Amino acid sequence: MLQVILRRLLMSVPLVFVVTFLTFFLNSLAPGDLASTILGADAPREQYLALRAEMGLDRPLVMQYLGWAGHALQGNLGVSYFTQESVLSLVNARLGVSLSIMAGVLVVCLSVGLLLGVASALKGGWVGRAIDAFSLVGLIFPSFWLALVLISVFAVTLRWFPATGYTMFSDSPKDWAMSLVLPIFSVAMYSITSIAKQTRDAMTDVMGRDFIRALRACGLPERSVIWKHALRNAALPVVTVLGLVMIGAISGTVFVERVFVLPGLGSLAVSAALNKDILLLQGVTLYFTLMTVAINLLVDLSYGWLNPKVRVS
Amino acid sequence: MSAVVSVSSQGQPVGFVRRLLSRPLAVLALVWLILLVVLAIGAPVLVSLDPLDQDLLAIKQLPSAAHWLGTDALGRDVFSRTVYGITVTLTGVLEAVLISAFLSIGLGVSAGYFGGRWDRWVQQYVSLVQSLPTMLILLAVLSLFGQDMLPAMVTLGIMGSAGVSRVLRSVTLAVREELYIAAARISGLSDVHIIVRHVLPRIAGPVIVQLSLFSAIAVIVQTGISFLGLGVAPPAPTWGSSIYEAAASLNDFPWLLVPSGGVVALTVLAFGLLGDSLRDASTESWSRPAVRQKVQARQAVKPTDIPAGSLLSMRDVCIAAGERTLVHGVSFDLKQGETLGIVGESGSGKTLTSLSLMGLLSPGVNVTSGTAVIAGEVIDLSDEKRLAQLRGATVGMIFQEPMAALDPCFTIGHQLAEVIRLQNLPETQVQAKVIELLEQVKIPNARDVAARYPHQISGGMAQRVGIARALASEPKILLADEPTTALDVTVQAEILALLRSLGQSRQMAVVLVTHDWGVVADICDRAMVLRHGKVLESATVVDLFHRPQHPYTRALLAANPHSAKPGDVLPTVDEQLMKMTGDAT
Repeated sequence: MLQVILRRLLMSVPLVFVVTFLTFFLNSLAPGDLASTILGADAPREQYLALRAEMGLDRPLVMQYLGWAGHALQGNLGVSYFTQESVLSLVNARLGVSLSIMAGVLVVCLSVGLLLGVASALKGGWVGRAIDAFSLVGLIFPSFWLALVLISVFAVTLRWFPATGYTMFSDSPKDWAMSLVLPIFSVAMYSITSIAKQTRDAMTDVMGRDFIRALRACGLPERSVIWKHALRNAALPVVTVLGLVMIGAISGTVFVERVFVLPGLGSLAVSAALNKDILLLQGVTLYFTLMTVAINLLVDLSYGWLNPKVRVS
Repeated sequence: MSAVVSVSSQGQPVGFVRRLLSRPLAVLALVWLILLVVLAIGAPVLVSLDPLDQDLLAIKQLPSAAHWLGTDALGRDVFSRTVYGITVTLTGVLEAVLISAFLSIGLGVSAGYFGGRWDRWVQQYVSLVQSLPTMLILLAVLSLFGQDMLPAMVTLGIMGSAGVSRVLRSVTLAVREELYIAAARISGLSDVHIIVRHVLPRIAGPVIVQLSLFSAIAVIVQTGISFLGLGVAPPAPTWGSSIYEAAASLNDFPWLLVPSGGVVALTVLAFGLLGDSLRDASTESWSRPAVRQKVQARQAVKPTDIPAGSLLSMRDVCIAAGERTLVHGVSFDLKQGETLGIVGESGSGKTLTSLSLMGLLSPGVNVTSGTAVIAGEVIDLSDEKRLAQLRGATVGMIFQEPMAALDPCFTIGHQLAEVIRLQNLPETQVQAKVIELLEQVKIPNARDVAARYPHQISGGMAQRVGIARALASEPKILLADEPTTALDVTVQAEILALLRSLGQSRQMAVVLVTHDWGVVADICDRAMVLRHGKVLESATVVDLFHRPQHPYTRALLAANPHSAKPGDVLPTVDEQLMKMTGDAT
């Protein structure tokens, strides 16, 4: 088991390098560099060259990248030129919020998505149509628009949840949870739809297989046939989609943290992009890439757990 | 946004446009998209109000004749701003789609067509790109190129091409295998020629489907970028910035959410519908659920002619699929410890008869009339609820495909234990009983086998497990549906011997469905011959073999390969019938 995890982790190392190098490479394409951004276009040339040399920007691109990567491996992600703070501590301070949203999205889209998918695989009529309509909402409306509608209904009108802002878990667990409900649902709507559709297709397929009839013939209750045997057999394609959906949810948090003014990695990324704070953006990208790696690892591991044929060989 | 692009069906070049126009939703979607393009191009002529003109005396107004979609917080006309915003979004989508089309056709088609190492490289690339955080890459691009949409949309196109390539690769792979492509290769046409003239036209369908689904995603991403204030400088009208401005008036004027979100949703919907309608309905639409018809359970009337000591009796059972009657009035009686063979060719209704006793007919197939007396209780066979309660402890069943009848995800022991637990035994006894059952069906190393998964055992052993599972609830009646057909000849004999000894030692009533006279002769006391859903003859096995009454029974016996002499031509049932009756029945 440990060996499998290690091998998967080793395989994801190239991904981390590719993504971080890609952002580095994009950086080099841009007109002007960090030194000219800091000093402004009117600064004297000597001063610009001196800062460039000091920051190591006169070295070849690959050397610059290796320098950054070397420092990153030692836990040093550089300093945000905009706030003059360490990128690592800026990013770490924001990690909790984003992880909370991601975890919430995972729980919501799995529970609601599976429920809707199974229900629509087994029931036709108005239940099926209602689920179709609900799913459509998740597909066609952007998450940030849904977020605004949820605020308008549940925060402004009904006053059930706070409209914006974030409470630390350590300050008040209840307020913390309340401040996350609307953001989580805004991001999760799309995911719920994808999971529900995949579950429905897979369940419809599995329910037609011979062993379902055989299990019923043994006298097993419907509850066990559907929720244990059929769902377990339908799980493999669902997990594949779940992985893609969770990677997509990372993008979702970028918008939703912005709308709900949550101090997470997504809103940090946006302000870094607006301020052209390259090193900070590079740091956030690294963290998001590591999240992606973690998601892919979990998906791979659950393949092994869900499919006995994979597990044994 | 997350790009979950699902795998599409094979290419369907014929009548593509006509097929598309025959779907009303697709037509509506096309009309909407064309309307957007017309409005975008004709905006200066068609829209009288300037999107930037502020009228601070008329802010936050609801729709009126002057302002069709109302005014925003600065008194600007919302309709005008929406129309002028079309260009930014559609241009962005077009850029992303063009790049994506170019790349995905190049990569996907070449990977599928050439295969080999190039294919593996492309697949590696695809899975790499698919696991990138799209929005972060886009933010990096936007931060570097400032207020410019083009680089971001090009990047989106590159990232989106991964998913599209994956689909096009598998479609091309299927096309490549077709005979005319092979013929074209053998006749020496160049690869480029074959791809352009023969492959691309065949995959045009999936290409358009994938690209329209990708367009839907591109609309959302483009709107998202301008919502964040990136890509286009603020005062200019864009759909995304309209949503952002709606956020500022959320407390006192939520109306602004409606036009801004509505136009985005309709456009995403239009692209999505277009893609979905183009997709082959049979493979990729949301599959329709198989819903059981609710049949009103009738009041069961006790038949008057049930012989004493009968454990299972069926009376006049008719089964139909819709209008078509498949089984016409089957009746029989079966005592404890007795074995009845139901014999017939495939399609004669023998399996349906046994499934009707379990209440496990496929959706759409129903018992239209008939009753059964099961262990003294009169049951209407359309009462699936009651039949479900009898499954397991009263009536058990063994299936034709032993491997397919086991859940591949759980161990043998787990599946047996689950059935045993229905009797509320303490957990220690459950495990002991698992081993005991496996030993009863003569499985060596029972402990070892219990820990295995279905794919780790042989077919014969799987059937033994199937029997053990049916016996776990100690049924009084055992239905065996062609239990040996899928097995090797030597294994067949062992399974039959096992069934015979278990039937006797447990004093069960066994119904054995088969097309094999050898099996009937081997273990049945009585047999019933079915043809086209009708009972032709029902007698003891000795009578049936020595004095068959019905011509069909004789024909069927004559066609039995077990009694044929080596070297003789084995007669078919129809030939025999013709010889015996002078005409085909």
